[in-house]
Amino acid sequence: MENPIISFEKFSFKYNAQAKPTLYDIDLSIRPGEKILIAGPSGCGKSTLAHCINGLVPHSFAGEISGKLSIDGKDSAKLSIFDVSQVVGTVLQDSDGQFIGLTVAEDIAFALENACVGEPELHELVLKAAQSVNVAGHLSHAPTELSGGQKQRVSMAGVMVDDVKVLLFDEPLANLDPATGKQAIELIDLIQKRTGAAVIIIEHRLEDVLHRHVDRIVLMQNGRIIADEAPDSLLSSQRLKETGLREPLYLTALRYAGVEIREDMQPWSMESIKLSGEDVEKVRSWYKAGEKTGEKCEKEALLKIEGLSFAYLKGHQALSDISLEINKGEVIAIVGNNGAGKSTLSKLICGFEKPQKGRLLFEGKDLSALSIKERADHIGYVMQNPNQMISKVMIRDEVALGLRTRGVGEEEIQSRVDETLKICGLWPFRSWPVSALSYGQKKRVTIASILALRPEMIILDEPTAGQDYRHYTEIMEFLSLLNKQGVTIVMITHDMHLMLEYARRALVINDGRLIADSSCADVLTNPELIRKASLKESSLYPLALRCGIEDAALFVQRFIDYERKVEGK
Amino acid sequence: MKKSPVTTIVAIGIGAALFFVLGRFVSIPSPVPNTNISTQYGLLAFMAVLFGPVAGALIGFIGHALIDFSFGWGVWWSWVIASGVFGLLVGLASRKIRLDEGKCGKKEILGFNVAQIVGHIICWGLVAPVLDIVIYAEPLEKLFAQGLFSAVSNSVTTAIVGTLFCIAYAAAKPKKGSLKEEE
Amino acid sequence: MRNIFNFVDRPSPIHELTGATKLICLVLWSLAAMTSYDTRFLIVLPLLSFALFRLSKIRISDVSFMLGFTAVFMVLNNVLVFAISPDHGAGIYGSEHILLGRGRYALTAEQLFYHANLILKYLSTIPIVLLFVCTTNPSEFAASLNRIGVKYTIAYSVALALRYIPDIQREYHEISQAQQARGIEMSRKESLVKRLKAASAILIPLILSSMDRIETISNAMELRGFGENKKRTWYMGRKFTKADIGAIIFCAVLAAAAFVLNYINGGRFYNPFV
Repeated sequence: MENPIISFEKFSFKYNAQAKPTLYDIDLSIRPGEKILIAGPSGCGKSTLAHCINGLVPHSFAGEISGKLSIDGKDSAKLSIFDVSQVVGTVLQDSDGQFIGLTVAEDIAFALENACVGEPELHELVLKAAQSVNVAGHLSHAPTELSGGQKQRVSMAGVMVDDVKVLLFDEPLANLDPATGKQAIELIDLIQKRTGAAVIIIEHRLEDVLHRHVDRIVLMQNGRIIADEAPDSLLSSQRLKETGLREPLYLTALRYAGVEIREDMQPWSMESIKLSGEDVEKVRSWYKAGEKTGEKCEKEALLKIEGLSFAYLKGHQALSDISLEINKGEVIAIVGNNGAGKSTLSKLICGFEKPQKGRLLFEGKDLSALSIKERADHIGYVMQNPNQMISKVMIRDEVALGLRTRGVGEEEIQSRVDETLKICGLWPFRSWPVSALSYGQKKRVTIASILALRPEMIILDEPTAGQDYRHYTEIMEFLSLLNKQGVTIVMITHDMHLMLEYARRALVINDGRLIADSSCADVLTNPELIRKASLKESSLYPLALRCGIEDAALFVQRFIDYERKVEGK
Repeated sequence: MKKSPVTTIVAIGIGAALFFVLGRFVSIPSPVPNTNISTQYGLLAFMAVLFGPVAGALIGFIGHALIDFSFGWGVWWSWVIASGVFGLLVGLASRKIRLDEGKCGKKEILGFNVAQIVGHIICWGLVAPVLDIVIYAEPLEKLFAQGLFSAVSNSVTTAIVGTLFCIAYAAAKPKKGSLKEEE
Repeated sequence: MRNIFNFVDRPSPIHELTGATKLICLVLWSLAAMTSYDTRFLIVLPLLSFALFRLSKIRISDVSFMLGFTAVFMVLNNVLVFAISPDHGAGIYGSEHILLGRGRYALTAEQLFYHANLILKYLSTIPIVLLFVCTTNPSEFAASLNRIGVKYTIAYSVALALRYIPDIQREYHEISQAQQARGIEMSRKESLVKRLKAASAILIPLILSSMDRIETISNAMELRGFGENKKRTWYMGRKFTKADIGAIIFCAVLAAAAFVLNYINGGRFYNPFV
């Protein structure tokens, strides 16, 4: 057997700023050409492990190390970050942070320039790398002219020019829509086969990574490795669930139907899994046993949009002729590919931009006369990144900010802030500075600061982006709670689980037009809509087909209803 | 934040970009017609405290030069240099302020403001006018009148905007404290 | 907004020159224009720069927006000079010929001549900067700085500024919209202090997220070997041609002429009143 390219032995690491170690007793070895998925919930130490592999620990993040880590046969303690970068190429999660060059070509050239590669090799190598990830047609483009997926491919080219032996991907799916994420996984697979480099993927979205085969899954929890085995073996156990990660949906459905998942069924993908006739029968009878849950909801329009059109630049229509209704008490998902016009729609609703044509009616009243501030009394807007909204040091002040600017009396402010903090589960932290909170808690603070104004409706931009399953559930359960109290919720999202589980209705926008307005299950089983909205079909769909169930949408609905029941949602 | 030489380089780049965006797009109408309050000096002072005199000088110089380049009204090297000198002076004078350790009390705020006011007076009252006389032979009185206005308005802006930045940054640094959940 | 610096990508002999050449020429030209106050010389420079504009195929419509700023700026500055120092010309040229009016604001021939010179001075320095901006690819700028002797790390920080201005601008715009919805406004209705506080409330999230950005970018750069060597190469760097050397010599001659004129005139000013 070949010598490992990366090997941890009894390795522990503690950040200087922290009291307890982040990594305990790590034993892990990765051989050349292997493909490994490192998974685990937020805070499990997987990012720190990645930092150890690429040398950011201890060179950029100082701390105490015990045990041994060797990279390409050399003791990592004696290697500089530059030495490590010659062996390990890293593609960071934040593609805007990693895209350093002014244009695609300059970014790909960055590492070569630093290594003083001269002409004509420089131009040749850049072109070769660009071709390998299919961005050669965009060499002179600026990052603002590229999509998220293209930026990520440029990042890959930028690390591949160095001929590294290990490629490390830190949450490669975090900023991509499902369809682009699928392509990214395919490209990573292709690169690995072509270059023979070892590939390490850090990700908590297991099912999406398993779109292509991986050799091993390393599962982490609380700074320790709790499993290091082949996907088939891990997926047939219950360990994923114990760590709070989500297992692939088709497996959950099979378990609900009473099918036992065994290693020899090859459960790692929907294509590979072997189902016996008995298994199929179990699924069918589970499907049939489902009672019809006719959603009863009174339809009383809260927001009515009529013939809305808008263009940022003349001739480039961002939205054309959108008409729709949002009813009181609904939870709605707005989906569509990047640049389809989802954000533009929410900006028009909030009054950040003015429509060229059409009307917005809120409870029958025309919104056009209201200012941004006045609209915010009825419609709240929560940005994706809470750090972009928080401007006060203390939680109380942050939540009170909107009330203060509206000249509400101090007594009223205090009572409303108290009430909001309690609803949002922030009461125990009421006298803390915002900076002491976790990302998910900060998100709550931003939602609280909007709720304090008592809007009838809130619009959330990607409410769960970058969250693991546990935090995702936490945020979404909180939003459901708000919804039960009567707040209408509109979410702009790429997350298909979120749509399925929490939204009743989906609005699909494509090229500035509303192309569908129907139930989420319908949308996610319609290949045409899936393609146009840059979504990915749910793995429940092929499962339904395999089991001979014709109405896949109903099967999906059955799954959601059942899950709500057993999970008590 | 760690402070490797690369971090300083990046801080200069991002600082200059922020200086540019604030100078070009965040204009606050001032009480004097046709003039705007420059929030970018609050940013510059804050960055100089955080990243030191060299970074301060370069952020001011590069940021201001880029603004001039983009407006097309020529590059007013005298004022560009003065912005750089301001960053340098504030950086030098506030070496003892440790924002990244989360310290920003009364003493730090006072020190910061003394540094920035003295810095503005030297830059706009002395450096910029003297250079303008050398280059453009403009009248002394006009230049000092302009300089005085800039020194006062920039000091006020920096006192408010810069101080608030320092407080917010220091507060956002995680501190080993005893935060307890309350019932 | 790639075009915030108004780079006009249209082939011309000026575009052909390397960025480094144009930067050196800009410095030499500015030096010449700053040094001399000789009216005859100051007439030559603007005429030369207009000729260069023709050569560069930049059209008026490409730069009309920037010319507007320049015009307003020139008028304001002249008005201000006259309002504060109406006798500055008399002081410089050592004589006083009143043309019209009387008292403090009497218009003298000397003052008028001084203003003409000031305008010429602006016209000598401003168009050439515009030309530089319009014909230099921002991507080439950092490589050029390094070429003329600026340390590559510093040169790269300029490239980073150019790279991240659009991102920061977009982020500012989004933050400011969301904060407006919460009622933070910077309108004229409020007092200055309140306006500044409002601006800070909008800017604080931007500043804090930019600090995180600094950390991410510096990690990304270190992971790709930045700062390891004493030198680096540039993808956008180009070799000097004969035209480059010619342009540099030409501008060097201009700068030398300015110094020679100062010496001949026995001062910076050309004085027609003696």
